[in-house]
Amino acid sequence: MASKVIHAFYNDDDILMLAVKKVKAAKHHIEEVYCPFPVHGLDKAMGLAPTKIAITAFIYGCIGITIATLMMNYIMIEDWPQDIGGKPSFSYLENMPAFVPIMFELTVFFAAHLMVITFYMRSKLWPFKQAENPDVRTTDDLFLMEIEIHDNEEELKSLLADTGAVEINISEK
Amino acid sequence: MYTFSNRLKIASFILMAVGAIGIAIGFITMPSTVEDAKEIVASHSDGHGDHQAAAETHNTNTHGETAHAEGHDSKHDEHLLHQLQNKPWSALYVAAFFFFMIALGVLAFYAIQRAAQAGWSPLLFRVMEGITSYIVPGGIIVFVILAASVAHMNHLFVWMDADVVAEDKLLQGKAGYLNGTFFLIRAAIFLGGWIAYRTISRKLSLAQDEADDNTNFVKNFRWSAGFLVFYLVSESMMSWDWIMSVDPHWFSTLFGWYVFASMFVSGITVIAMVTIYLKSKGLLEDVNDSHIHDLAKFMFGISIFWTYLWFAQFMLIWYANIPEEVTYYVTRIQDYNLPFFGMIAMNFLFPLLLLMNSDYKRVNWFVVMAGVVILAGHYLDIFNMIMPATVGDQWSIGLSEICSVLFFAGLFIFVVFRALATAPLQPKRNPFIGESKHFHY
Repeated sequence: MASKVIHAFYNDDDILMLAVKKVKAAKHHIEEVYCPFPVHGLDKAMGLAPTKIAITAFIYGCIGITIATLMMNYIMIEDWPQDIGGKPSFSYLENMPAFVPIMFELTVFFAAHLMVITFYMRSKLWPFKQAENPDVRTTDDLFLMEIEIHDNEEELKSLLADTGAVEINISEK
Repeated sequence: MYTFSNRLKIASFILMAVGAIGIAIGFITMPSTVEDAKEIVASHSDGHGDHQAAAETHNTNTHGETAHAEGHDSKHDEHLLHQLQNKPWSALYVAAFFFFMIALGVLAFYAIQRAAQAGWSPLLFRVMEGITSYIVPGGIIVFVILAASVAHMNHLFVWMDADVVAEDKLLQGKAGYLNGTFFLIRAAIFLGGWIAYRTISRKLSLAQDEADDNTNFVKNFRWSAGFLVFYLVSESMMSWDWIMSVDPHWFSTLFGWYVFASMFVSGITVIAMVTIYLKSKGLLEDVNDSHIHDLAKFMFGISIFWTYLWFAQFMLIWYANIPEEVTYYVTRIQDYNLPFFGMIAMNFLFPLLLLMNSDYKRVNWFVVMAGVVILAGHYLDIFNMIMPATVGDQWSIGLSEICSVLFFAGLFIFVVFRALATAPLQPKRNPFIGESKHFHY
């Protein structure tokens, strides 16, 4: 289905923030905002649902610490028992201080890497993917707000012009 | 403008009075002869096992007096007497240092905000300045206790005992640094420097309110940056002098950082608690949840930082297992098992799990509850640093310890809130005040 969208360009993040708030106050649905850099507080102003990546990070961290524990218990205690620091107790718990750095590192490693992979999958990003931004200038110095048109082209145009847009285009999507 | 409410004032007086009575009872009931000391230990014998077992644990304690802990009964009894005589002094010293260190930690935090020209925090500057006012009375009290030690009124620092040094090669080697006079001179320099910076910065901060340019602000920035250099060195040396030297044979190179982490997190916690208290009274209306959120992030982060240093110190000594080093932890794990491991739960696991969630850091009562546990945990941390060397296995959290905490808590509340009432709670002309008001997360 070919629908028409309006593209409003801004040249400053503060003006963009105010514009987003005005458009939201006028009860229009903002399809997407494209920015050259992350704008602080934009997600809240647009009314986006809070991210759930923190929960996944916690889960990945727990997986990491579990794998570290099981791995070192197998390698250092069960498969080839080692005398650690002159304390031949052959018990994971009693030798734990020696294992803590690795447990910590693998917690961080799993949380960080799996979070990045989750983020890519969730935002449908992969190598050689075609860029989705409608205008290349949003990678340079312009901010773009996209709103779908439902027979209210003139109303939207005047509203966006009021918010300080430097350029307003209509395009087919 | 905040007015020191009568209810809070009376509460602080009651805390001080109850504390003072308890401290006095602790000193009066202190045993003065070997016979008294033996009687006290015998009456608690179920807790500490028989006399023989107590003597055995002693032989494993390698602090300054090992030389005469050979199991001779008379020597051991005398040692026991000294430990029991040290108990009320140690309790007083731990509490005095703990509350002093809160003010000093806040002073460092404040100086960092100034030197970094942070935009989020100027709304909290008056709160921080109020807390740092305790550095003057608190510092003087700590100095008096240290001077009393040098004057042999107590035996907190074993290296001050000339008889011990006479038999101890290592202490003789350290005598150039560890001697009473130089010790007090250093303490005076540290305290003088900290108090001077606090006074100058407070004066400039108040002058900036009435000024029509930013010269006071710029001067304050320069003083703060200079202070941080002085603080970094003096705080580290202070921790060797005032804390590490109670175990004069043992040393750790990151001890200064470790004590710093403790004072920093306690200080930030108290900033958050005082801010939340003032907000609950309808003051500081421009301070929003994001400011509390940032303070709670610091509480969380510095708790992890403290754990990192605690563990870095512990793991190296545990791994190397060198007798003269590992004795420090052997004493603590054998005689102080509950406070030693309890402290790690309170200072690490508790803030880690409680303050990890972003939303919880914005819930004020949640931050206060976490703060209470963090403060108790860091009191225990100082307790674990001092007590094993001064009272050994005769420790307890009894009348002396609790009343010392009550007394200094009362004094702290009185001094801090009286100082808060002397100036408007919101700086007027700080160039970053607008940014601080609009601070949001």
